[in-house]
Amino acid sequence: MFDAVTRNLMYLMGGFGVTLQLTCFALAGGIVLGMLVGLGRISRNKWVYYPVTLYVNLIRNIPLILVIFWFYFVMPIIAGRPLNPFTSAVISFIIFEATYFGEIFRAGYQSISKDQINAAYSTGLTYSQTARYILIPIAFRRMLPSLITQSIITFQDTSLAFVIGLQEFVRRTSIVDNLEVRSIQLFGFVAVVFFIFCFIGSRISLYFEEKGRKTGIL
Amino acid sequence: MIEINNISKWYGDFKVLTDINEVIHSGQTVVICGPSGSGKSTLLRCVNGLEPYQQGEIVVDGISLSDPKTDLYKLRQKIGMVFQRFELYPHMPVLSNITLAPMKALGKSRQEAEKKAMELLERVGIPEKAGEYPANLSGGQQQRVAIARSLAMEPDYMMFDEPTSALDPEMINEVLDVMIDLVKEGMTMIVVTHEMGFAREVADEIIFMDEGRIIERGTDEEFFTNPKIERTKDFLSKILV
Repeated sequence: MFDAVTRNLMYLMGGFGVTLQLTCFALAGGIVLGMLVGLGRISRNKWVYYPVTLYVNLIRNIPLILVIFWFYFVMPIIAGRPLNPFTSAVISFIIFEATYFGEIFRAGYQSISKDQINAAYSTGLTYSQTARYILIPIAFRRMLPSLITQSIITFQDTSLAFVIGLQEFVRRTSIVDNLEVRSIQLFGFVAVVFFIFCFIGSRISLYFEEKGRKTGIL
Repeated sequence: MIEINNISKWYGDFKVLTDINEVIHSGQTVVICGPSGSGKSTLLRCVNGLEPYQQGEIVVDGISLSDPKTDLYKLRQKIGMVFQRFELYPHMPVLSNITLAPMKALGKSRQEAEKKAMELLERVGIPEKAGEYPANLSGGQQQRVAIARSLAMEPDYMMFDEPTSALDPEMINEVLDVMIDLVKEGMTMIVVTHEMGFAREVADEIIFMDEGRIIERGTDEEFFTNPKIERTKDFLSKILV
């Protein structure tokens, strides 16, 4: 029943390892860059606001697969040498996901009312104390469900790196399928693995959402 | 003593405050009323440096707010402020809401800060809520916690920005009672409110603002029974039903 999967399990899981690595790099880079993008989107400095807004609108209105392609084919021309598919995929994902994380951070920063900050100031807290004890903890709690959801989406999106030949989970499954011709079984296995991870992730997101609602933070 | 000398403030081209003059002596309670958008809240925010002003000067205990050397954070420790929407920290229990500033801004020990916080919760009548999160409290209870949070800094002045206008009618008195107690204890207060019963009972002076100006001021009874300006009469007749 699962013969094709078990025969190639190590090879397939190696691909899954690449998928996880790509996800980790994409998330780390995407979240850090996203925090800055979020700040840029609420900046009053037009030299910051307009370029960042242009970047966000441009990338969010292009399919991810095109960003991956474009980056993979254009970068060698600019850099003068070909990039390996993994590096190329990581950079494309960071550029793409940062725009989504950026909008989550922007909403998180903006969700805190001016008077909430004024209340902290009026008790004599300094700017950095207010940021540390009030602004960031509240914003983070409010953003957490969306951050987790976007992380799950990023995890699923990584399979698109398939198109530039990166040997991640789906690509390796496809290679095995070419030899074994057990499409339903093999791609069914991939779907189950993705489902388990994403389902757990979405439950965690839901947990934080309910917790946030109960404590009146959301 | 708080001295407000000829303050004017603009938001871009829009003038929100025009030539405001007022002196609040120690132990006095000043009530500010007026229609929304008249600049009452903005004036309060100017007094503790939450909003800048472009003209004039505000001096608190001899310290000018417009002096660039003034440490606004330090100054705000002396001036408590209570907001219309309470603005408690939703991610912290009531007790931590009250102890945060004394511990971080004054460097008090946790033990000391918590002891003081419990005394204050006792004073505002809800010591049993110390461990609750703000979301589990009624509006009136939240506002009383907000008052306790301000008092924990042992301020010399208290400012209230429409402290009861977001409350259900049956909760208004529990908050006003706490405020009346403060007045009786000699706290210096500036209160923006439309609770004219409260104003009549405790105000040393009532100021009526409209379109960024103080258009009438009076000492309680004369203000209510015999307002001199048509705009004040009109406004009072609407809120005094």
